[in-house]
Amino acid sequence: MNVLLWGVLPYVMVAVLVTGTIWRYRYDKFGWTTRSSELHESRLLRIGSPMFHFGLLVVVIGHVIGLVIPESWTTAIGLSEPAYHVQALVLGGIAGVSTLAGIAILIYRRRTTGPVFSATTRNDKLMYVVLVLAIVAGLSTTLLGVAGGEEHNYRVSVSPWFRSLFVFQPDIDAMAGSSLAFRIHTLIGMALFTIWPFTRLVHAFSAPVGYLFRPYIVYRSRSGGPAAGPPRRGWDRVGSSEPR
Amino acid sequence: MKVMAQLGMVMNLDKCIGCHTCSVTCKQAWTNRAGVEYVWFNNVETRPGQGYPRRYQDQDRWRGGWVRNRRGRLTLRAGGRVRKLLSIFANPVLPNIRDYYEPWTYDYETLVDAPLGDDFPVAEPRSLLSGRPMAVEWSANWDDDLGGIPEQGELDPIVERIRRESEDKVRFEYEQAFMFYLPRICEHCLNPACVASCPSGAMYKRVEDGIVLVDQDRCRGWRMCVTGCPYKKIYFNHRTGKAEKCTFCYPRVEVGLPTVCSETCVGRLRYIGLFLYDADRVTEAASVEDERDLYQSQLDVLLDPHDPAVVAAAHRDGIDPEWVEAAQRSPVHKLVAQYRVALPLHPEFRTMPMVWYVPPLSPVVDRLTETGHDGESAGNLFGAIDALRIPVEYLAELFTAGDPEPVTRVLRTLAAMRAFMRDVTLGREIDESIPAAVGMGAEEIMEMYRLLAIAKYDERYVIPTAHVGEAHQLEELGCSLDVDGGPGMGGPFGEASGRPAPVSVETFHALRDRQTSDTVADTSASRVNLLNWDGKGRPEGLFPPRGRR
Repeated sequence: MNVLLWGVLPYVMVAVLVTGTIWRYRYDKFGWTTRSSELHESRLLRIGSPMFHFGLLVVVIGHVIGLVIPESWTTAIGLSEPAYHVQALVLGGIAGVSTLAGIAILIYRRRTTGPVFSATTRNDKLMYVVLVLAIVAGLSTTLLGVAGGEEHNYRVSVSPWFRSLFVFQPDIDAMAGSSLAFRIHTLIGMALFTIWPFTRLVHAFSAPVGYLFRPYIVYRSRSGGPAAGPPRRGWDRVGSSEPR
Repeated sequence: MKVMAQLGMVMNLDKCIGCHTCSVTCKQAWTNRAGVEYVWFNNVETRPGQGYPRRYQDQDRWRGGWVRNRRGRLTLRAGGRVRKLLSIFANPVLPNIRDYYEPWTYDYETLVDAPLGDDFPVAEPRSLLSGRPMAVEWSANWDDDLGGIPEQGELDPIVERIRRESEDKVRFEYEQAFMFYLPRICEHCLNPACVASCPSGAMYKRVEDGIVLVDQDRCRGWRMCVTGCPYKKIYFNHRTGKAEKCTFCYPRVEVGLPTVCSETCVGRLRYIGLFLYDADRVTEAASVEDERDLYQSQLDVLLDPHDPAVVAAAHRDGIDPEWVEAAQRSPVHKLVAQYRVALPLHPEFRTMPMVWYVPPLSPVVDRLTETGHDGESAGNLFGAIDALRIPVEYLAELFTAGDPEPVTRVLRTLAAMRAFMRDVTLGREIDESIPAAVGMGAEEIMEMYRLLAIAKYDERYVIPTAHVGEAHQLEELGCSLDVDGGPGMGGPFGEASGRPAPVSVETFHALRDRQTSDTVADTSASRVNLLNWDGKGRPEGLFPPRGRR
């Protein structure tokens, strides 16, 4: 069972995520959008959406730091384990609560604004369920640990397992040994990434960072080639000089 | 100097009768789909009025277009790149659907279904967004023909601005009211703020003809273009989540046909043709310090297609000789740069708009005639322009950033044309001093008359085709059904996947098949190309199943 959950599923998830994204990009570029509903309602959106998205960005950075950077590194630069945990808890807690509050506002808005609700597909609803579950489970790993007083150190269980996945030698025991809350959160997270390519979440992959570096005005040719350029051989106009 | 070609339009407002035919045909051609019910790529506004969407000209509110910053450089009014990305999760200045209007239909079914009763059944309005009954309170031309103007006239941003300077310039009392129509499409600007605002880089200006388009496959729905465009001519399709805009009917102009709005204009007031312009000077011209110099600097960017140096440079920059010829015959270049009677709409937005307007003159003639004067005489006309019913200040706010001088000059030119042509038509002695008073010759003013008043189809529309110049590239057009999702597709994921195969490839294979095999044409393919089916055999799917005899 543990082998299936922590040794096989992650790779299935990655395979679905990668091939699904490629498939979606190739065959559904037209459907690749944020599907914004700001046109219908903006008052609540302007509170909820930044709260959710910026919160989520901090959460993602927190996950990357927590999972990728080994405990020994942070200790080496003089950040003790308890100190690291306090700052991670405070930052993660704030970001997590902001994310959750943001998505709560957004879901309330989606349900109560007529046009927004009628623009909501079944796909969206499924995605919202998984997304909210993932956030709630993630936040509870943080908050339960504080409330219960027994903080589970994921940096010796979850993080080594996560890193071991990349060298194809999954450290199944480490993950199986983590607390239940972490295992649930990880599973829901994997479910989220599995459905990711098939939902509107794909818009995250097209974060327009390139905008910072391109010139303002974009010119594009009608066809790929130089349409109004010199004609190909055999199409010279009457009286034009011999090509060299 | 980098020469580029730009398709442009001129609208002669004197001829617009406000019939909305252009809007309706455009809607039928482009936006009669779910998701763009509220969208009018072409709309006709009554001025004074709020416009569509409401008060779109008020850039303090909507923050569209460019501004010149303290260092003399252009920046987007809604904020630069970093600010755009930081506000991407909720665009702070996106118009709400109610700023356009909530689209509706009528519950026609009750007319047929209603049970027998004492009252006539009524088709009630139903929102096209939520499907619920709704009260119709606004639409794209709710204030058409000054509807509601005594109450709402103050909401016209231009009226507001003029009133600030002088209380009695604009009056809405019935006897003193004025109005004219302003048809609007996308301006296909030389310095488009929408393109600059698009984070995905999905919006682009076509190199060949300057048409501004949205790549539907690359648009990610960040909605910044809607804010960026000061004319609010980019619309958000709430069904597909993508931006859409006027396409200048590119499939039509590519084959030399005028846009749908122009083709169907009953007043024949639209002109389509090419401009040649210097792409290197656009930014500089758009950043001149004084807003009132923008009209002139925009004219300076345009190049004279008859100038041999320009022709040589155009050739060097790869512009087809036929396009240069078309630019030389271009009616829009004549009206804008030669006769200088067409003015840009809101040059102060600094986007270098390429749809130009001949300001309206008509009411002045009636006015003069009513007061017992000879309304068509040059002397009277010239004198009356300052006392026009449509205040010059109003036109100046629309077309020249508030500078009355160019507007007065245009109106004088139009008045001179009228007075001069009356003498010609009535067989009187021609008075050369009339055209001379506006700096034109008799010949020139008669040419202008021909273009503005006679407006022959092939003189109004001088549209070089994409095809003549590059026919060699269109040798292989492919079957019209071979588009994404069309039936003519077959790839690894079934019929509608993969890329379309060119028709000639199929023909080649079919012919080789027929010539080298013993049996009749191969019928194993899942579909039949009718272009090369020779009538032999019974390919599967071509005929209905044969009944038992």
